[in-house]
Amino acid sequence: MAGKATNILIVGVGGQGTLLTSRILAQVAVDLGYDVKVSEIHGMAQRGGSVVSQVRYGEKIYSPIISKGDADIILAFEKLEAARWLDYLKPDGMIIINDDRVDPLPVMSGKLKYPEDIDQRIGQMVEKTMVVDASSIAIECGNVRAANVVLVGILAAAIGIPEAEVEKAIHAMVPPKALDINVKAFKQGHTIGANIVS
Amino acid sequence: MKRLMIGNDAIARGAYEAGVTVATAYPGTPSTEIVSTLAQYPGVYGEWAPNEKVAMEVGAGASIGGARTLVAMKHVGVNVAADPLYTFVYTGVNGGLVIVSADDPGMHSSQNEQDNRGYGRFAKLPVIEPSDSQEALDFTRLAYDISEEFDTPVMLRITTRLAHSQTLVEEGEPKQVELKEYKKDSPKYVMLPGFARGRHVEVEKRLLGLKEYSNKTEINRIEWGDRRLGIITSGVCYQYVREVMPDISVLKLGMVNPLPDKLIREFAQGVERLVIVEELEPVIEEQVKSWGIAVEGKEHFTLLGEYSPEYIAERLGGIAPAHGFGLDKEIPPRPPLMCPGCPHRGVFHTFKRMRLKVMGDIGCYTLGALSPLDGMDACVCMGASIGMAMGMEKAGGVDPSKIVAVIGDSTFVHSGITPLIDIVYNQGTSTVVILDNSTTAMTGHQDHPATGLNIMKEPAPKLDLEALVKAVGINNVRVVDPLQLDELRSALEEELQRREPSVIIARRPCALLVKPPANKKMVIENDLCTGCKLCIRIGCTGIYFIEDEKLAAINPTTCVSCEVCAQVCTFDAIKIVEG
Repeated sequence: MAGKATNILIVGVGGQGTLLTSRILAQVAVDLGYDVKVSEIHGMAQRGGSVVSQVRYGEKIYSPIISKGDADIILAFEKLEAARWLDYLKPDGMIIINDDRVDPLPVMSGKLKYPEDIDQRIGQMVEKTMVVDASSIAIECGNVRAANVVLVGILAAAIGIPEAEVEKAIHAMVPPKALDINVKAFKQGHTIGANIVS
Repeated sequence: MKRLMIGNDAIARGAYEAGVTVATAYPGTPSTEIVSTLAQYPGVYGEWAPNEKVAMEVGAGASIGGARTLVAMKHVGVNVAADPLYTFVYTGVNGGLVIVSADDPGMHSSQNEQDNRGYGRFAKLPVIEPSDSQEALDFTRLAYDISEEFDTPVMLRITTRLAHSQTLVEEGEPKQVELKEYKKDSPKYVMLPGFARGRHVEVEKRLLGLKEYSNKTEINRIEWGDRRLGIITSGVCYQYVREVMPDISVLKLGMVNPLPDKLIREFAQGVERLVIVEELEPVIEEQVKSWGIAVEGKEHFTLLGEYSPEYIAERLGGIAPAHGFGLDKEIPPRPPLMCPGCPHRGVFHTFKRMRLKVMGDIGCYTLGALSPLDGMDACVCMGASIGMAMGMEKAGGVDPSKIVAVIGDSTFVHSGITPLIDIVYNQGTSTVVILDNSTTAMTGHQDHPATGLNIMKEPAPKLDLEALVKAVGINNVRVVDPLQLDELRSALEEELQRREPSVIIARRPCALLVKPPANKKMVIENDLCTGCKLCIRIGCTGIYFIEDEKLAAINPTTCVSCEVCAQVCTFDAIKIVEG
């Protein structure tokens, strides 16, 4: 891989707000003066399917997509999706998992079982695993939809992205009526992330 | 200052900077944002056309009328626009015209993965291909100069990965471009045989000039490095190659038709091993081989799907990254599915219950083909459902009272009207269900002629679907609420029995455009629930099955109280609680 790039894979279920998350992180990287590329999925997959956004930043970035085994961080909005994309994580990478379960159709219909112990199993394999109930924190902040920003807060604390830069990006990208809840959610996430890291 | 833009927004910016004043498109992933963004720039007339053929024709007229013009569509849209496109290549332009073809390798949101670089050779027009958002902007600007210098439409070919990746862009100053004067010139613009023969001569001459241009233009460039391996590539594959092989020699093509033959020969002579990396078809490879140049390509690389840096590294023996963790556990797939409250769900459930033969169409409702709804027999392209229902009836092997065509409102306006005329004229008896959710939902809720709003969300004359289908000769037209399953079913039963064509309009706005009722929720009465799973077979994330207790349960965070599950339940176990 060319140079030193930071690769962040954001995975979840269509409709969970992965797009906004990748855009906030990318904007922070731009403001910090990095070359940045982001890959998104639009269209059919967004209808409740498995979705992935990819953010890469560094001195010079070529590919907008991350290779298997090359993600520094996976930010998973849902446990099953954490498992699905785990192959993309570097051997010493970090995975932040929202302790949320969204059953896919084969599970809802009882055809397949939702693997019960995903987060424990990942925790056994990956040293840097954080499991956080971001959805509950978001509900406390006023809206479950802000779970994505809680996770951004945890990530920022975990890898040392300046808090003020993220808040600036949130101000630039979140519609005014949802701003207060999102800033609150980010701060909560940041505090939790800082605690886990220390 | 540089800012992040998806490729589509960068194309819109490039078109604005190039002085484009007319932009037209039919929405289609991954092309949709190009014209919706471009329409917001000052001085640009933007429109949603009913389909890509109309968009191309409006574009041709605007160009002949002197305006710099942009026409955008997804790859399969170019098939719809192909008729005017091929012959507009003969007439050439007045104001520059760029047609954007957004291809979808990997079929993220498409029914095929055709490689539209092929149109370059087939339709004899220049094709240029950017590899990131900055190039998308710059190449779009350049395309207008090429278009006017060589008197030809230019195709800007992109792929999903470029359309929907954000990379940094430095914006330029908008050019001041005067509307070109229109002068009548029948031998150039009226393509009857005597004139078209003359224009074909011009097309061939022009291609020779374009080939020379391709050899000289700076968008085709050699990056010399380690000469033991030389790769010819274009588009986003260039980025993948550079990611894994930063030191080798690369011939990066920005113009992929016509190819720069002299430049390719020079590059071939300068490297020990020559490989072409191109997604999908061997468009470059076959031409280079035909010139007698020794080159490798598809013997290493697949014709299928998207490439990636790791795939290219693997195939060429470069540095492949160490693979990460694998969970030795089956991970249930998560296919896309209809949203909770989607008005299409009950329709497909009903089709399946009635064991109908369903000729389907393109839109969110194509998901009705997937398990557990499993309510579609065929789906080919935009508008095909109605003609296919007619054909299946005429084949004679299937009971015509079991054949139904199903098509969305936007798709019906796109290309469902002419096959409906065929059914009337040739005395078919099909029942056509128009799923009218009053938007183009799949691509992100764009308006169309039957929504009453234009691309700027301003009021526009609203196409009256009932009046339209009556006017083409359908005598049996009725409107039903697709969330009322009994009403829907009895309408279907009656119309299917009729030995005359019928149209049922199932009308209910897209669930994503309406607020769920605040004063209503669904609950399951556990003593009445028998665990029969009938409600689970509607495939809604608002309801799930607890295997251990053999009971259905409502998911209150996703359920929007559409009541379809309650109507499906034969034991009356799902209740609506008001307040």
